[in-house]
Parts: sequence; structure tokens; C-alpha cells
Amino acid sequence: MIGDVSKPWVTRMSDTSYQNIPTTSDAEFGDYFALLKPRVMTLVVFTAWVGLLAAPVAVHPFVGFVSILFIALGGGASGALNMWYDADIDRVMRRTQKRPIPAGKVTEDEAKALGFALSGISVLMLGLASNWFAAAFLAFTIFFYVVIYTMWLKRWTPQNIVIGGAAGAFPPMIGWAVATGGVSIESVLMFALIFMWTPPHFWALALFMRNDYDNAKVPMLTVTHGRRVTRNHILGYTVVLAVLAIAAGFTSIGGYVYLGVAIVLNAMFLWGAVKIWRRDEEVSETDNFLAERKFFKLSLAYLFLHFGAILAEAFIDRYFGVLA
Amino acid sequence: MSIHKPHELHNRRSGRNIGLGLVLIAFVAIVFGLTVVKVTGGNVSAAITGTTGQ
Repeated sequence: MIGDVSKPWVTRMSDTSYQNIPTTSDAEFGDYFALLKPRVMTLVVFTAWVGLLAAPVAVHPFVGFVSILFIALGGGASGALNMWYDADIDRVMRRTQKRPIPAGKVTEDEAKALGFALSGISVLMLGLASNWFAAAFLAFTIFFYVVIYTMWLKRWTPQNIVIGGAAGAFPPMIGWAVATGGVSIESVLMFALIFMWTPPHFWALALFMRNDYDNAKVPMLTVTHGRRVTRNHILGYTVVLAVLAIAAGFTSIGGYVYLGVAIVLNAMFLWGAVKIWRRDEEVSETDNFLAERKFFKLSLAYLFLHFGAILAEAFIDRYFGVLA
Repeated sequence: MSIHKPHELHNRRSGRNIGLGLVLIAFVAIVFGLTVVKVTGGNVSAAITGTTGQ
């Protein structure tokens, strides 16, 4: 590295000009970690963990831990590849301008290399730790997020959020596959829960983060079809989501705790969606999109509490199931 | 003239190097732990004490 002529910012240590080395171009460990989208990874870890524990087959705790770790790493790898490919968009959008590539801390090539390397490692290690079906599922998820969503559909269709949501919805299915080696109605319903939750969650955000997506020329529904249509879509997806969320309560992952949580949360979520649907831009502007912001906040709790309830049911089954 | 104290560049990179070192150590520990669990069929304590666990 030192004295490399291809990197003019790196000079020989013996050179008196070494003091001119810029301090901002050297990435720190945290910058590479930020490429993995740690906040998204926490959701991946949580939902995959719930999928793993809700499955009817017990997994050795260490194997479970390693599996979740590499599912999260696979999610992180796809995040790095997303940041590599979307660097041009990230430079324009206010929300993403501080990411490592637009901030000038990591180069696009470094992000690409890290993403590919971690994708390979995570798939291979998940296969060795658990089973190759789960590993293939993880590989498909990375492919889906990077190629189908990021490279293809994100810049092409206003349904990008719907399609992208599928990639985020796979982790509980992968967790379930780690334990069972397959797919079942329960894991499909956990997928459906995140899949149908994603569009209203992001469209509510798009309603009050007004100009970001317009500036980046990402075809968000708010831009291509207007804000009225977006409000209609939020309500439509929320109705279907409520049906699926409550249906999950009647499978083996559900129970009284889950059903109680699901009924309350879906009633609140539906009411929030109805309020958004009944409002127009004029009304929203007067209170600075209060209903939309509240709905967005509720959507964060919505997903966490649903999966928390599935987890609670898994513990109840495991520790009190014999008594029932 | 040789450099006697670490240059600011080294200080900046030390965090990155330490981080990478810890990641590599953790990776080795994970592979080792996974190997032990797989080889012992998940019953590590029985394998250590020499009992079959049946």
C-alpha cells in the first residue's frame, strides 16, 4: 500500500509530504460494519430467531446461534451489495447521504468486494452449520434482494417496495428451515406477515419524507401514481395484512397470547390506515402529517410485538405444553 | 531517519486492524465450537466425560 503509485493519496513514509495524507479517506472498522446495515440486521436476527424457535424441531443452542449469526451476515452482505449498486441514489437522498460510500469513507469497489465475500462465507457456513436447504434459501434471499430488487425492480416499478419486502420477509422462513429443513404453512404465514407489512410501513414514510425519493428519481408510488393512490394502497394492504396476521393465530405458531396481541394491534393498525385514507394533503399539511407519522411509529411496534407474541407462544409450548 | 513513534496513520488504522483481528478470532472460535458440537452429536459433556449419554 505504502508508496503505491495507483493510490496517489498514499505516500511513502519517508517522504516529507506524508503529513498531507488525508484523514477522511481511511475507513474505520465501524464504516465497514455500517455497510452491513446493522439496523436491518437486528430485524433479520430477531425474525430469524423467532422462526427458528417457533419451529417444532429443537436445534442445539450453539448450532442455532451460529445459524442466526450467518443468516444475519448474509443479510448484511446483501446490504453492502445494495449500497455498492445504489451509491448514486444514496448520494442524492438526505436519509442516506451519511452512509459510508456517499460520505467518502469506503469506495464502491470495497463495498462490492465485502458484499460478495460475506455472501459466500455466510451461505457456506450456514450450510455447514445447519442444512443446505437453509443455505440455498439464504443464497436465494441475497440474490433476490441484490439482483431482483436492487438492480432490477427498484428503479423500474413503483411496486419496488412490495417486491423488496419479500427479501426482508425471508429470514423467519430461513430460521424455520434451519430447524426443519423445509417450508410449512407457519413459515409462509410469518413471511406473509412481513411481506404485507412492508408496503404500508414504507408508504407511510414516503408520505411524510416528501422530496427524498423524488430527488433520487426512485419510482415510489407517491411519485408515480400520486399520494391519493398511495393512501388507498396503505389501507388495502393493511386489510389483507390483518387477515393474514390473525390467520397465523390458528396455526401451530399461534395461541391465545398471539391472538390477543394480533387482534389488538391489527385493530389499531387498521384504524390508523383508515385515518390516513380519510385524510387529504391539505389536512395532513396542517398537522405536519401527524397521522402518517403515528402510523409509521405504530408499524415498528406492530412487527416487533407480533413476532414477540410468536416467541412467547413458542416458550409457552416448550415449557408449559406438557401441562396443557 | 527512522520513525520511532507510530504515525497518525497507524493510529487510525489500528482500530480497523484490531476489529479485523477480533472478527478472525471469533470466526476460528465459531468453527471450532461447531466442529465440537457436530463431532459429539450435540452432547458435548457426555463426550468429555466418556459416557454415551444413553
